[in-house]
Amino acid sequence: MTEKMTMVKALNTGLRAAMDKDPKVIVMGEDVGRLGGVFRVTEGLQKDFGEGRVMDTPLAESAILGTAIGMTFRGFRPVVEIQFDGFVYPAYDQIVSQVARMHFRSGGRVPMPIVIRIPFGGGIGAVEHHSDSPEAQFALTSGLKVVSCADPHDAHWMIQQAIESDDPVVFMEPKRRYWESGQVDTASTELPLLASRVVRSGADATLIAYGPMVKTCLESAAAAAEEGLDLEVIDLRTLSPLDLGPVLESVRRTGHAVVVHEAQRTLGLGAEIASRITEECFYSLEAPVQRVTGYDMPYPPSRVEEEFLPGLDRILDAVDRARAY
Amino acid sequence: MSDPSVHAVADSPLVQLLTPEGVRTTSPEHAYDGSLADIQDLFRDLVMTRRLDTEAFALQRHGELGLWPPALGQEAAQVGSARALRPQDFAFPTYRDHGVVLCRGEDPVHLLSIFRGSSLGGWDPADHNVALPNIIIGAQTLHATGYAMALTIEGLVGTGDPERDAASIAYLGDGATSQGDFNEALDWAAVHQAPVVFFCQNNHYAISVPLERQTRVPIVQRADGFGLPGVRVDGNDVLACHAVTTAALQRARDGQGPTLIEAVTYRMGPHTTSDDPTRYREAAEADGWRAKDPIERVRLYLAAEGVSQDWFDGVQAEADALGVHLREACQNIPEPDLAALFDHVHVDTTPETEQQKAEYVAWRDSLEGSVA
Repeated sequence: MTEKMTMVKALNTGLRAAMDKDPKVIVMGEDVGRLGGVFRVTEGLQKDFGEGRVMDTPLAESAILGTAIGMTFRGFRPVVEIQFDGFVYPAYDQIVSQVARMHFRSGGRVPMPIVIRIPFGGGIGAVEHHSDSPEAQFALTSGLKVVSCADPHDAHWMIQQAIESDDPVVFMEPKRRYWESGQVDTASTELPLLASRVVRSGADATLIAYGPMVKTCLESAAAAAEEGLDLEVIDLRTLSPLDLGPVLESVRRTGHAVVVHEAQRTLGLGAEIASRITEECFYSLEAPVQRVTGYDMPYPPSRVEEEFLPGLDRILDAVDRARAY
Repeated sequence: MSDPSVHAVADSPLVQLLTPEGVRTTSPEHAYDGSLADIQDLFRDLVMTRRLDTEAFALQRHGELGLWPPALGQEAAQVGSARALRPQDFAFPTYRDHGVVLCRGEDPVHLLSIFRGSSLGGWDPADHNVALPNIIIGAQTLHATGYAMALTIEGLVGTGDPERDAASIAYLGDGATSQGDFNEALDWAAVHQAPVVFFCQNNHYAISVPLERQTRVPIVQRADGFGLPGVRVDGNDVLACHAVTTAALQRARDGQGPTLIEAVTYRMGPHTTSDDPTRYREAAEADGWRAKDPIERVRLYLAAEGVSQDWFDGVQAEADALGVHLREACQNIPEPDLAALFDHVHVDTTPETEQQKAEYVAWRDSLEGSVA
């Protein structure tokens, strides 16, 4: 059964399905109840599931995570919303010092089935602290799993799969894609949570992206095709653990790899991916792995964000650089 | 510098039910209603807690533990509050709450194991309803609050069934009251009327920094601003600690919301075996508190009540046996296996973790082979 809907609606129906299926799933965060979240992802959930399962919390991010931890001790599966990427830092200690380690320090006895939803990334003309891409800070924290959806179908299913996971999942939602529509097969998904996928096949170079940059890479590939260049695009979907199987297979064929993300370059996910490609595909590479990323500065004022963010031109320029070797 | 122990305690009344001289007293709102046998049980717990603590301290000095945070002087606060818990209640302790862990029935060797560097906790919190000790200051106050909120959602509060209604208790020190998490926890607990008790052991120092550098008002007054009741208790009086915690837990279980308890006590030793309290406090200050010893006053009371020397000797023999057990068990704590630790990073392990485990095991095995 396929339906066209926005990513916001896809997440909403996914949350709804998970709450219907398991009474231990609860949603909490700032403004998630009566308002339905500032992006309306949780719209109508409190009305249908009650204030006990959809909780408007006081404005305190550390407490959102800290209390969620306590709830897991009674078998609950909290889905917490961090309102914006740049608001997650007050909760950072509870995430990295508590959530990520509880299973490990208890010798495997205490699972932390918490989903931390974070609308992330730029491109919407927002004010400061509303456009960050902190995914690498969580991907480098052992014990967490980090994923990002790129389209409504994945959003609908990945949120349900994340909730079913007994491990804590940081769920990065590309807010600039929230209002874009796509086909959602609400009857089934073909992919598990922790798998990357080829979203466009090509022979000349491999573009590797996740979240908001998947669409930008597809647009770049479409533009390149007009000039006779055949680009493959891979949506990573899972950032920790990485599923590099399709990436390595692709790069062995194309010999050229370009990693694209909005987050700052130094020690970003591109660094890890480039390193792994080099380790695994050294003899197939015809050029060094290229990176197209945000620059190493705090997210800039939004009137220059289009220059900060990777766009078609910078991506295709990187492809040209790689192919010029 | 003026005596910080006097500075911040002047304003609020202190619940006390047993004087340092071992004389029972009364308090307008709190009473200890246990029997003489119950008080003997508390005495035993106090002695066992101190023995655990002093043995562990000695084991550290013998190089068997890397570190130990002594609870010396705080036994009454820990035992009195922990013995007020019912089995279905849940405790969230800090790294210094050895008496709480012991009273919940957890094997104290696990505590040695943490400070020996052999495990990071290692027990199942569900076994005795006691979480692993938290080292990050104040973080556990939120865990206890969330646990309590879950109890409310589950309908395990205010049913009137004493076997069913439950509460959580968060342990913290005076330093933790400066943390955002503690303040968030008080706010949330009050807003949600969560069945949680915040049990603050004001031992007057956060490592070297005295109470007056943490707060301008008595800790108990923090409760007012968040909208929950606060109770100040003599933290060296096990009967008073038991009484106020019992009342606060019952209030929580009945659905009347959270309570902040400030147990005024004193850390007789260093923060941990690594620091030197003579650098930051005068010996006379500790001497003053030594006269308020939490165990001695119970001993005086029990003796006056006619408890025989034989009985005291029996408790002493039990403590000696615990000491022997701890010394032996400490040396027999198994070395952790790095390879096995890979299995606990996630519930559903990842290919990357598997690959690194295999890499480590292959490396380790190659070294063993090369030695032979």
